[in-house]
Amino acid sequence: MTTRDIVFTAVGAVTALSALLSVTTKQVVHAALWLLVCLGSLAGAYLVLGQELVGLVQLLVYVGAIVVLVLFALMLTRAPIGPHAEIDTPWWQRLAGALLGAATTALLASLLLPLFSGATADLDTPTTTTPQVAQAVFGTWVWPFELLSVLLLVALIGAFAVSRLVLHRDGGDGARHPGTVSAGARSDGRG
Amino acid sequence: MIHLSLPAALSALLAGIGVYGVLARRNAVLVLIGVELILNAANLLLVTAGSRPGAPLSAGPVLTLFVITIAAAEITVALAIILVMFRRTGHIDLTAVPDLTDDEPDDLGDAEDPHAEDPRADERDGHPRDATREPAVAAEGLA
Repeated sequence: MTTRDIVFTAVGAVTALSALLSVTTKQVVHAALWLLVCLGSLAGAYLVLGQELVGLVQLLVYVGAIVVLVLFALMLTRAPIGPHAEIDTPWWQRLAGALLGAATTALLASLLLPLFSGATADLDTPTTTTPQVAQAVFGTWVWPFELLSVLLLVALIGAFAVSRLVLHRDGGDGARHPGTVSAGARSDGRG
Repeated sequence: MIHLSLPAALSALLAGIGVYGVLARRNAVLVLIGVELILNAANLLLVTAGSRPGAPLSAGPVLTLFVITIAAAEITVALAIILVMFRRTGHIDLTAVPDLTDDEPDDLGDAEDPHAEDPRADERDGHPRDATREPAVAAEGLA
């Protein structure tokens, strides 16, 4: 056990525990907050593994954007405050889920642990530093990188279109059914 | 120096927890949390494999950045669909089969029915998600 091993074990324990809590807690908002802890400590794990850039991007994108989006979605769907049994499937389905999750873990561990057994990374002289990553992104990987920019744009427009199309249709139906006009118009103004 | 079997084990654990999260939740947003955990397991595995000595082209960290971007795009579209589902059905329970197709005339006829149940009744007894509410009522609730 080296120092980095010990630090990684500590960070990894926090990550695994908060991930477990985020999928088992009965309180909807707590699940998102535990996800925040999990992703944040995973960013710490990336730092321990010597990938500062990935860790910081993880903090910015996941913790800063995705968890906030999830929280907004929970607020917009009027998530119940306090413990709520309605967010989980029945117990037998959860048992099957737990068995499948354990099977996934066992399968991946039995595959990965022999693969990485004895493998070490000397992080004091790292093989991939941030300048190298930057050069790779804008050199070897530049076309996939550009494609990802297009993907983000498409996702943005797609998300907008998905919500707008239904709103628009609600309004159109409202013209035929006077009862829904006000509802459609009001959500239109908010959207 | 770090032994790479530790992050590999954590990655396997995170993937298993994510699979459980996807299967054990009925709330659509919480299912997405499980998906995020699986994606993060993949990311951790990429970083782990990329920090082996002699990994070519900086593939590990670069592909991790790509996966993070794809995850951001994915969750944007997924949350938009979930919000549409909430607006149409009044709940985001995935065990009640969501109907996101075109409007049926019957559906709106129900919403127009003057004898329909008071839409706020189910909120008063503290279970706003239980009953399937009509689309018009759901839209009204959002406004």
